[in-house]
Amino acid sequence: MSENFDRPEIRKPENLIYSRTKVLTDNIMHYCPGCGHGTAHRILAEVIDEMGIQNDTIGVAPVGCSVLAYNYLDVDMAEAAHGRAPALATAIKRLNPNKFVFTYQGDGDLAAIGTGETIHACNRGEKIVIIFINNGIYGMTGGQMAPTTLEGMKTATCPYGRDISIMGNPLKMTELVSHLKGTYYVTRQSVQTPASVRKTKAALRKAFEYQKDGKGACFVEIVSSCNSGWKMTPVQANKWMEENMFPFYELGDIKVDGELVK
Amino acid sequence: MKELKLMKGNEAIAEAAIRCGMDGYFGYPITPQSEVLEYLMAEEPYKRRTGMAVLQAESEVASINMVYGGAASGKMVMTSSSSPGFSLMQEGMSYIAGAELPCLVVNVQRGGPGLGTIQPSQADYFQATKGGGNGDYKVIVLAPASVQEMADFVQLGIDLAFKYRNPALILSDGVIGQMMEKVELAEQKERLTDEQVAERCPWALTGKKPHRGHNIITSLDLDSSRQEKFNEKLQAKYREIEKNEVRFEEISCEDADYIAIAFGSSARLCQKAIDLCRAEGIKLGLLRPITLYPFPYAPIEKLAQRVKGFLVVELNAGQMIEDVNLAVKGKVQVEHFGRMGGIIPTPDEIVAALKTKILGGK
Repeated sequence: MSENFDRPEIRKPENLIYSRTKVLTDNIMHYCPGCGHGTAHRILAEVIDEMGIQNDTIGVAPVGCSVLAYNYLDVDMAEAAHGRAPALATAIKRLNPNKFVFTYQGDGDLAAIGTGETIHACNRGEKIVIIFINNGIYGMTGGQMAPTTLEGMKTATCPYGRDISIMGNPLKMTELVSHLKGTYYVTRQSVQTPASVRKTKAALRKAFEYQKDGKGACFVEIVSSCNSGWKMTPVQANKWMEENMFPFYELGDIKVDGELVK
Repeated sequence: MKELKLMKGNEAIAEAAIRCGMDGYFGYPITPQSEVLEYLMAEEPYKRRTGMAVLQAESEVASINMVYGGAASGKMVMTSSSSPGFSLMQEGMSYIAGAELPCLVVNVQRGGPGLGTIQPSQADYFQATKGGGNGDYKVIVLAPASVQEMADFVQLGIDLAFKYRNPALILSDGVIGQMMEKVELAEQKERLTDEQVAERCPWALTGKKPHRGHNIITSLDLDSSRQEKFNEKLQAKYREIEKNEVRFEEISCEDADYIAIAFGSSARLCQKAIDLCRAEGIKLGLLRPITLYPFPYAPIEKLAQRVKGFLVVELNAGQMIEDVNLAVKGKVQVEHFGRMGGIIPTPDEIVAALKTKILGGK
């Protein structure tokens, strides 16, 4: 396979049907094989590339597996304290209204420690894109219970499964923010199949287009697997996600053009 | 045009912020500093004056992180709070120091610990001057003793912050924040344009440019050897600040036998105590640290070679006295006098403390 790439009769511009977007750097990603972050990064980078906004985009990735996103996304980026990305993004956007500003946050970050910042940034209608990777677990710290961990799901801090009577309920943050006046577009997507990747990319594109038009907060949840945290193979993890996560975290648009559609 | 006005200390901070061309203020109400946000919201600089953004955040945690975001984009940004709120900001302060970002923070101190009292205090000295949050870092600390200095230190603080890419703190207290004095306000400065910001701050998040790679603002490095190198760089910066930025004021020190050392409102009380002492023939002088970090160790050490004793006067249980002791190195007697819980001593109490603790002990 690889020797074909070195054959000049094949390697011609007219034969190019796909290439890695220039908005991704050459750095080798630290994400586990099977993790959704790599795919989410790629389609985010493609959207930025296709919209021609690489030099006008500022991203914020706080603590979590994606804290090093700045090593992979070739745009100006800040690392934030755990949960605080929407606060940073609020100021960046208000002081630089012509820039495209996004946050890229995990479930522990966005729906536990950063709940306040998330809700208030959404409620104020900050003109930012919030990308929310929900895999129901704390990946970076080694697989502890997240606010989105499903009932019965086993993690390092609920080794016998999440007991709702003791640990409380999994939090549907996306539905919650959809009810706030300040959100303009709220959707839940996934990246485990080619079709779902295309849908999610379209959702991200829509969110950035809305920001271009000065609309309110756009919130894109991506339900993702964490096969190492879930202690499964990537294939098992995708199957488990489809069978267990999707029935609880239903995919699709929740709010479009400022109107609830679900 | 310069302008003379009668203002509260907190209002002077707010007006000075608009006039120095500040780009953004992010705050949360807390007594006794709420007038900063109230004044800015009444002025509406975003509509009627310079275009400066003003936002009431959902918490002090959010305020300081908005400051982090604004500073990361190279803008001149600030927040203000009082002691319990300032405690909530320590995480953000540590990140901002670790990411080497310039910003201005104001703490109008009240008594603690915990919710404490809304009355004036200087009990956050350790927190302000020794770091405050996690990790080895320092914040440049300015201690105003008048409404005039509340206004002046906004410009000075933000200038020092940008000079060293380091947070600067105005450590005030409820007396200075709430009292009214005449203040000469600086002329209105223009806010920098986005182009000027990009030129002034080539490190900032202003959008990737053709001539540079993408900029990254972070306090994270998982490689310990690189993290240690970075810490050494920070320490070198702090040594530079200690060399260049020590500020203090001496009042009646030339012929003094005894020196009071006090900052902020305590220094104002000591000025009256000097008059009372001198009327009785006791030669008291005052050294007022204006920068609490960097602390004026050298001038105090110099005074220690010729005076008979120091009385450190603070609205706390004895915090700055530790720095004074480091400077005096046991050469002469150093005593502390302080009131706590929001109580402000009278100048007579200070004179009495000098007599019992130092003169009587001879």
